[in-house]
Amino acid sequence: MDLNTVTHVIPARQRSDLDALGPTVVPLAGGSELYADPRTHLTGLIDLQTFDWPALTVTDDGLVIGATCTVAELSRLPLQNGWAAHPLFYQCCTALYGSFKVWNVATVGGNLATSLPAGPMITLAVALDAELLVWRADGSDDVVPARSFVTGDMTNVLADGDVLRSIHVPLASLHAQTAYRKIALSPLGRSGAVLAGRLDAVGAFVLTVTAATLRPVQLRYSALPTAHVLARDIDTIDCWFTDAHGAADWRRAMGLLLGEEIRVELELAGGRA
Amino acid sequence: MTLEQAKIEETGAMTFEVNGTRVEATPAPGQCLRTLLREHEHFEVKKGCDTGDCGACTVQIDGTPVHSCIYPAHRAVGKQITTAAGLGQPGNLAPIQQRFVDASGFQCGFCTPGMIVTAAAIEADAALGVDDLPRLLKGNLCRCTGYRSISDSIVGQHTPPDGSCHTAPGHEHAEASSLGPVRATGRTRGARGAGLVGTSPGAIAGERVVSGLEPYTLDVAIPGLLHLAVLGSPHAHARIRSLNVAKAAALPGVHRVFTHADSPTTLFSTARHESRFDDPDDTLVFDQTLRFRGQRVAAVVADSVAIAEAACRLIDVEYELRDAVFDPRLAGAPGAPLVHGDKDPVVSRLADPTRNLVAELHGEFGSVDEGLEMATTIVSGRWQTQRIAHTHLETHATMGWLSGDRLVLRTSSQVPFLVQKEICRLFDLDPAGVRVFTARVGGGFGGKQELLTEDLVTLAVLSTGRPVQYEFTRTDEFTITPVRHPMTIDVTVGAQGDGRLTALKLGVLADTGAYGNHAPGVMFHGTSESVALYNVPNKRVDAQSVYTNNPPSGAFRGYGLGQVIFAIECALDELARELGVDPFELRRLNSVRPGDPLVVTHEEGPDLIFGSYGLDQCLDLAEAALKRGNRAVVPVGLQWRVGTGMASSMIATTPPRGHRSQASVQLVAGGRYLVRVGTTEFGNGTTTVHAQIAATALHTSVDRIDLLHSDTDSAGYDSGAFGSAGVVVAGKAVLAAATALAETLVEVASAWSGHGLTRGTDTGTWQLEHDGLRAVESESELVSLDTLMHWATANDVGLTAVRREDGALRSLAFNVHAFRVAVNTATGEVRILQSVQAADAGFVVNPEQCRGQIEGGVAQALGTALFEEVVLDGAGAVTTRVLRNYHVPQLVDLPVTEVYFAQSHDVLGPYGAKSMSESTYNPVAPALANAIRDAIGIRPTELPMSPDRIWRLLHG
Ligand SMILES: Cc1cc2nc3c(=O)[nH]c(=O)nc-3n(C[C@H](O)[C@H](O)[C@H](O)COP(=O)(O)OP(=O)(O)OC[C@H]3O[C@@H](n4cnc5c(N)ncnc54)[C@H](O)[C@@H]3O)c2cc1C
Ligand code: FES
Ligand code: FES
Repeated sequence: MDLNTVTHVIPARQRSDLDALGPTVVPLAGGSELYADPRTHLTGLIDLQTFDWPALTVTDDGLVIGATCTVAELSRLPLQNGWAAHPLFYQCCTALYGSFKVWNVATVGGNLATSLPAGPMITLAVALDAELLVWRADGSDDVVPARSFVTGDMTNVLADGDVLRSIHVPLASLHAQTAYRKIALSPLGRSGAVLAGRLDAVGAFVLTVTAATLRPVQLRYSALPTAHVLARDIDTIDCWFTDAHGAADWRRAMGLLLGEEIRVELELAGGRA
Repeated sequence: MTLEQAKIEETGAMTFEVNGTRVEATPAPGQCLRTLLREHEHFEVKKGCDTGDCGACTVQIDGTPVHSCIYPAHRAVGKQITTAAGLGQPGNLAPIQQRFVDASGFQCGFCTPGMIVTAAAIEADAALGVDDLPRLLKGNLCRCTGYRSISDSIVGQHTPPDGSCHTAPGHEHAEASSLGPVRATGRTRGARGAGLVGTSPGAIAGERVVSGLEPYTLDVAIPGLLHLAVLGSPHAHARIRSLNVAKAAALPGVHRVFTHADSPTTLFSTARHESRFDDPDDTLVFDQTLRFRGQRVAAVVADSVAIAEAACRLIDVEYELRDAVFDPRLAGAPGAPLVHGDKDPVVSRLADPTRNLVAELHGEFGSVDEGLEMATTIVSGRWQTQRIAHTHLETHATMGWLSGDRLVLRTSSQVPFLVQKEICRLFDLDPAGVRVFTARVGGGFGGKQELLTEDLVTLAVLSTGRPVQYEFTRTDEFTITPVRHPMTIDVTVGAQGDGRLTALKLGVLADTGAYGNHAPGVMFHGTSESVALYNVPNKRVDAQSVYTNNPPSGAFRGYGLGQVIFAIECALDELARELGVDPFELRRLNSVRPGDPLVVTHEEGPDLIFGSYGLDQCLDLAEAALKRGNRAVVPVGLQWRVGTGMASSMIATTPPRGHRSQASVQLVAGGRYLVRVGTTEFGNGTTTVHAQIAATALHTSVDRIDLLHSDTDSAGYDSGAFGSAGVVVAGKAVLAAATALAETLVEVASAWSGHGLTRGTDTGTWQLEHDGLRAVESESELVSLDTLMHWATANDVGLTAVRREDGALRSLAFNVHAFRVAVNTATGEVRILQSVQAADAGFVVNPEQCRGQIEGGVAQALGTALFEEVVLDGAGAVTTRVLRNYHVPQLVDLPVTEVYFAQSHDVLGPYGAKSMSESTYNPVAPALANAIRDAIGIRPTELPMSPDRIWRLLHG
């Protein structure tokens, strides 16, 4: 839709261009969220795409995803030797309700910054224990663990003027085994629950619950837990919620069901309860 | 930075290419590409939403497909943009476009340009495969077709010319289907004589639709066009105490601000019917009392939508809040807030405004108490249906302007003639001074049998003298457009051991929301054919439609029947189980047959007749198909349970109390005929059917038929495209007019040859052919139609025939649906393994189109059955405000439905045809509920039967 209250769009080329950000001037990445939701308080956009940040950079200690990397680019992430977690990237892309045409514009950073419960890039970043580089409005840099970035339904640790610069996925996570489950009220519908499990080389198990909960929830174990323990812990999650994409009681049940499926899959893949 | 980029940063001006042509533009900051392209008259880029959900706006940017409604316009700088019109044009279609024409891959066609641009991108990208279509097309919604014909188009598959709609293993049913070789899918191009009734010529506008060049309501550039935006009420029940529009009016670019002070004081109803007395007069153009959230408070006319919206935000309103009622069960209780307590029940035609009662029906035939006493088995239960949004892809919209001193309205309506009548009444205008017409309409489903935008545009045009446009957003469609009536339905049925029904008791409570548009009609129609279908000696109906402060309910495909049929057919299924009788058998035993009285609470009037009867065949066809099964594999795992279910439905082929249509057929130059008929094309296929009917009666081919329709200036009166009247009423008028003209031509030919023009004389000797007439016995040369036309003109003989049809007699059509499903007891997911619909459509004028109507009805019904719900927060606010939160079925959600036609021939319809558009929807939800019940042993009674609800039945 037209953002009728916006009076200026500024292409950003250097960090100081971000000084104009504020409560009514916000970053523009793919625009797939901004241009789909009327926010009449907005007066300006700072276009991040003109930064030309590299989309995907493989480094010695992992993968750096530029915030403006599109979901389409991420979905084509080339497989590297030993990256057992590689399938999770594409799987999380498919959890976006938007079509492959939305993938062509929507960005990873925009997805995290939007902080919807059903944000699949949040699932990915949290499941892989990614760290997020944040450019603070005051010019400082901050590194925030993905798991504490999103604080609630469409809320996060970013303040006005802050910009998410990049997502850093550690090599250990890329080498881990992963398992993924998504369920919705229709076969390819908007996510009702998206869960990802990660089994590290050292045997540690991390379960990430998203879309069913108001914010991502992570359960961490030094080794694969028993079914009973996992169920007990999933049951303690206190932020299941109801919206058009599923009722809270069903979401809780799906969390239990899919969490156990993930546990079993990773157990078969080599972990031991 | 490129030069181009530098330029845009300075001035905002930029250039890009569209379909190879350079465009210079200065987008507004924050503008999306779709509106920019449409500003440059690329109307092939459609608006179905504003949120990247529907795909109607899809374009390729440097070959990459995107939703242009969420693509920042400024990023188009230097880019090459391809739209549907850039892929191919009429006469030179791209292969993918041609395949959409050949496989009838559209109905209203509003989704088609975006669908085709997407399909072309999929084809062009080696990494994307058509086997992944369900995923790749999840961002392209089609509300009309049910997608079978769309995926056929994309993968290049044809409905086989031998016409059988579904080829089951072994072709066992081929004879039972009425789609024998006689009704071959004929293509008209070049082939003389093709396209007659019983064959499937493609849609007349096909080539323009697939290239995006067929204009819809807003696809026209009007210089000096102003835009209208509405300030909606934030409260569910309030009175406007004061209103200050000074700041809004002072905003540069604002032309007028309208409030209740400017409103005509005439009460009306947004619902439109042949008789305006069918609906209560309870609505004002602007009312000082606000009865639902979103109701018009004020409207602004300005140079742009942006300015009009900004002005709306500057209007200061002081509201006096009132108590509101949201629960229909409480609406009638003593002391409940009154929604229309100010109305006179006689003037407004309301049952009892002091009890929020719009309409009610209480009646008994025989004695239900006695009937229940006679019964050995009794089943009773309560069913609940939800609010549904029509979600026609083209939103409501009107453009209006003055032509001389006449008012012209170009609107997205199913009822242009009824709109004209009511606009004239509201604004005290002479009908001769008002023209209302539609372009091709992008879907309706009942939602455009309402007057929602035309009144404001009229007000704005009359007071500014300027052309004005008012276009609904998709959010308007969800929040302020009437939805399908939610109903609470109680059913009690009793039967004796042999399965014969002894009593049927029905209780209905319909929530009509804040206004009574369609409230009486939906309630009466809903409780009519649903009940009359069964021979039960004792019946009782108690139905009420009540006001609440929820958004209004209105007309929706099926017009109340779907809701009540859901309940009754589920109750009968339960009864069959308890009796140990097969559900098909129970229907055979108890359904009406020709000769039986049609009873709701008393015997229906003589206007309703069995013009044909195919229910028995439908039951046989559906049962056989279900028995035969298909190759669908049951998912593995103990959690999956399999079940089957069926349901029947009956519908009158025409709305009651008259539906009128006048058609004219005229011989014009070149051996062509011009058909003028008032009814509207909105994807129902009537234009094609009318051309087929005229071509058949005039011994010509459809490519010789031109049509003018849906225009109060150029066609005769038509009540409108609702109640499935396009074929049986308007089509019948066309047939009568075309037949009359054919007779006239024979007479004129004999007169021309010197025989003298006297009716009833030796006219049998001349025979009408494709290119002219021939004297049969003398084997003369052909007299060309042009020769006759010139002679007729010279001799002052008219070659136009006009005929009317009044729909006074109505026939009955039947549909039976059956499902085999697998239900995942752990998640609540329902998977459809087999879907079968058998239809009693009478003679099938256009088999492929009729199949499409059935598939589309089934698709919409599956949306209702499984996914869709307009959700309210309990205080009258809609929470499902965008498509993303209201799940319209995608390609992946729908099975391919096997479609079978009963062999029947109606005595009323043209060539023996019956209507087949609304009725296809009605048996689907109950058939599915019955299959789910069979699978899991628990009966779902609430729609939609979404996984969370099914899961809760099992585990809650
Ligand atoms: C059809 C459709 C379906 C969708 N389905 C989903 C879904 O299932 N789940 C989901 O989560 N989202 C969904 N979205 C929303 C959206 O597309 C995604 O969240 C997307 O990833 C947002 O990225 P973007 O680059 O387009 O963000 P933009 O629209 O450009 O920005 C979104 C928000 O994030 C801010 N922002 C963007 N980048 C940064 C940054 N680097 N630093 C700080 N702030 C930033 C913006 O200021 C804005 O507030 C859907 C959208 C559409 C159109
Ligand atoms: S109009 Fe763009 S996706 Fe609906
Ligand atoms: S044909 Fe697809 S929406 Fe009408």
